[in-house]
Amino acid sequence: MSMLDEASVADVTAGTPEVIKSKKPVSRFRLISSRLRSTPRFWVGFIGLAVISLWAIFGLAPNAWNYTDLDVRNMGASPSGLHWFGTSDIGEDIYAQTIVGLRKSLIIGLIVGPLAAIIAGIIGAVAGYIGGWWDRAIVWVIDLLLVLPSLFIFILLSQVLKSKSWVALIFLLSGFGWMIMARVIRAQTKSLRERDFIKAARFMGVDTWTIIRRHVLPNVSSLLIIDATLGIGGAILSETTLSFFGFGIQAPDVSLGTLLSAGQGAAATRPWLFIFPAAILVFTVLSASLVGDALRDAVDPTSGVNRD
Amino acid sequence: MTNTLINSAAAHRERTPAQHLLEVRDLTVTFPQPSGAVTAVRGVNYHVDKGEFLGIVGESGSGKSVSSLAVMGLLPSSAKVGGDILFEGKSLLNRSDKDMSKLRGDGISIIFQDPLSALTPVYTIGAQIAEALLLHDSKLSQLAANTRAVELLKVVGIPNPERRAQAFPHEFSGGMRQRAMIAIAIANNPRLIIADEPTTALDVTIQAQILEVLQKAKELTGAAVVLITHDLGVVAGNADRLAVMYAGRIVETGTVDEVFRAPSMPYTIGLLRSMPNLATAGHTRLVPLEGRPPLLSNLAPGCPFADRCPAVIDACRTTEPPLMQIGDDPLNASACIRVAEIASGELKRGEIYPVPEPVAPAERADVEPENVMAVTTLKRHFPLTKGAIFKHTVGIVRAVDGVSFEIKAGQTLGLVGESGCGKSTTIMEILELAKPQAGQVIINGRDVATLSAKERRALRQDIQVVFQDPMASLDPRLPVQDIVGEPLTVHGVSAKDRLKKVADVLELVGLDPSMASRYPHEFSGGQRQRIGIARALVTDPKIVVLDEPVSALDVSIQAGVINLLQDLQEKLGLSYLFVAHDLAVVRQIADNVAVMYLGRIVESGSAEQIFENPQHPYTRALLSAVPVPDPAIERSRTRIILDGDLPSPTENISGCNFRTRCPLYRLMDEAGQKRCATDDPEPRLVGSTLVACHHAENTDLMAPALT
Repeated sequence: MSMLDEASVADVTAGTPEVIKSKKPVSRFRLISSRLRSTPRFWVGFIGLAVISLWAIFGLAPNAWNYTDLDVRNMGASPSGLHWFGTSDIGEDIYAQTIVGLRKSLIIGLIVGPLAAIIAGIIGAVAGYIGGWWDRAIVWVIDLLLVLPSLFIFILLSQVLKSKSWVALIFLLSGFGWMIMARVIRAQTKSLRERDFIKAARFMGVDTWTIIRRHVLPNVSSLLIIDATLGIGGAILSETTLSFFGFGIQAPDVSLGTLLSAGQGAAATRPWLFIFPAAILVFTVLSASLVGDALRDAVDPTSGVNRD
Repeated sequence: MTNTLINSAAAHRERTPAQHLLEVRDLTVTFPQPSGAVTAVRGVNYHVDKGEFLGIVGESGSGKSVSSLAVMGLLPSSAKVGGDILFEGKSLLNRSDKDMSKLRGDGISIIFQDPLSALTPVYTIGAQIAEALLLHDSKLSQLAANTRAVELLKVVGIPNPERRAQAFPHEFSGGMRQRAMIAIAIANNPRLIIADEPTTALDVTIQAQILEVLQKAKELTGAAVVLITHDLGVVAGNADRLAVMYAGRIVETGTVDEVFRAPSMPYTIGLLRSMPNLATAGHTRLVPLEGRPPLLSNLAPGCPFADRCPAVIDACRTTEPPLMQIGDDPLNASACIRVAEIASGELKRGEIYPVPEPVAPAERADVEPENVMAVTTLKRHFPLTKGAIFKHTVGIVRAVDGVSFEIKAGQTLGLVGESGCGKSTTIMEILELAKPQAGQVIINGRDVATLSAKERRALRQDIQVVFQDPMASLDPRLPVQDIVGEPLTVHGVSAKDRLKKVADVLELVGLDPSMASRYPHEFSGGQRQRIGIARALVTDPKIVVLDEPVSALDVSIQAGVINLLQDLQEKLGLSYLFVAHDLAVVRQIADNVAVMYLGRIVESGSAEQIFENPQHPYTRALLSAVPVPDPAIERSRTRIILDGDLPSPTENISGCNFRTRCPLYRLMDEAGQKRCATDDPEPRLVGSTLVACHHAENTDLMAPALT
């Protein structure tokens, strides 16, 4: 109704004269960051992630044991002053192993999440902007990747990857984590393409790649940032799942997944083998998800808490 | 002279013992918001008598719609309403929704701006009209209600009403939906009809139809009408009285003749002078009304118009003037401290606003009168396909069907027509600079079909575009300097030169170059359109394509942008291809005009010839449909109302494609009609314009042209 339009016009212009007068304009970035800062979820998640990261970096320093060291006198020991998280059957220090595993999982998560978002952004924007046969081919590939059970492909490919280092796993995980977001970005781009500012750029003679880089990607960037953040938790979980089944990280490397796998048999009898890595995994993924959630609410005024 | 305060409702009642149909007393509406309450309506008083036609005029955000929704009790529950609203002597405030529902439709009914969202998509039109009838008359049988619905559709001029009553809203065109809305509104013979911008979303020929139906509905039911609009022209021809709203208050009210003849609030004077007007446009320069309305969230004390008013004195800044009676007429009042001076002629109306100086001859660019753009028989047909996997063509949309025109250096061609006539497709085809489906586009003496990619990019420097919606055409994520400088990046201009050039063009369009690092959302609508114009000028083009550049702007801002475009043309020797549906704006700016109908140009020639002496029946009908903000002219005009809507461009009409709506066709004898039905008229010279009509010589059989 027109009445609501009028009311919102008054609302939109509210506060603009101060903005026009002030030297520094209120950018969208500042607006989002101020909204983020007022969300408790963001702080819980952010502090959680910061603590976990700091612990992963410096946690090994006060510990007397390295993750490859074997303490033959304390095999299968419960947590004590000597071994904080106890030892495994062959005398490995669980604390040292957990930290090293956490490092690997964090690195994989922090790389795979954003990498998948970047792939999704580029492929989605290209499909949506160029359209035509490119679009049809890309959508076909996306659909194909979505129908194939990715775990099955991981298992097949892991035979090949076993000989390679764990870095290959990063590419494998990001290679299978971009499809849904790419579809979202493609739809967004399709509607952006009909907007006048993109038409204007085209009529100026700006070439396709520059339009995608300068106009399309910045306008979908909020979606991509959210996807990258939420993707961190997802990637850590995927890596853990694969490693748990023995298709991910291979010995002598350790990750949270291999630790969980090694400790699962003893979960009932010697819980420290299982509980510490599991708790840390849950804590990390939860923190990353909280940050991602808070970010989405801050960027998208129509989602979740902003609706009443 | 100005002594009685109309504000006091008690005094008012004593003076006019007869009861008003609707009386709004000191109405205030406040919307609480997190950033502080916004008072959208601040003390509005007006009344409507039985059978009266009141026009409420204001720009967006002036509170005109909010005040009328308050009458209907349709404001969101969060809104706080103060004052009193009396309908037939009884207060409408603090009534239960059930009580109000009985009154709505029966006593008061409303017609909304957007008829598509006002009709329920899942019920037939007939069922929706019958529902309105059954709600208020429990004794009515379903059958009788349906019969009455068909009658009502017939009253509002819907052809074949029996069949059309079974149709769903999406099967109706915009104009027909608005007719159906009027049918629902008058179904129960209401005493008051509130029409909230009923024609804003419609084309000018359809607008004329709807206003006629509204007048007819008023006569049939004897209801009073409150027409809310931003278009002074619509009010001039239809209303008895008029109230002008500004910043949540009525600032001037009076009979239509009085307000248009002798406006006494500087805002009204400015609004009337800033409007392009078919009767005067082209001869006089528009007088812009600078600035923008104040924010209702934090109003400074004093007159809200003070910041934009050239006649401002110190006293204006301290107290807000109440609505004061002018002369002896109790209906005529104005809220201005200097109203006595204006009314007595001490402060001359014509001199309040400084008329902008034309461009000095020394600054004018010399232009050779050569052709910069020539389009010959341009065609663009879209296939209409069906089927998801195996597509097959079921028809052809003839969006552009053989359009030819040329533009000379330093001149403006106005391309006009109703929406859907193919004017946008035409300019998009030209701007692509690609080989057209058929026909030829020559820009700067070069045929675009033969260009290499590199030459095409170079040619883009010469032709730039300004879009309709200034918000959508500027990338919200880039600062203004990057937006304006973007065309230069294509042509490899260094960053330093780019910034310098950007500062130059911003200065040229009247913006402060120091604002270059801001983002588009920090600017007002008029400023944003100036940014769009600056971007178009940054490459020093020869041709600028203007796609409805002022139609998204408020009336008071339009004039500034039109003047700017005229000045720039004279200073830089630009050629404009100006696409618009607003004929008054085209009259103001164009040297030559081409009128489009269903993908063809039906008449073209110099602006003066086309507007003074149109030859094609369509041009004549189009011109007569445009409302003129002058009640005297409006009353003396005879309108040519076209029947029905613009046919779909998929229809294959043999012969002349205008004959289905042509008023002249009906006046022709059988032989003449046959010729229209079989021969496609070629453009030929009649008088001094090119006209595509077999019977252009007989156009005067229809009503004569404007004045």
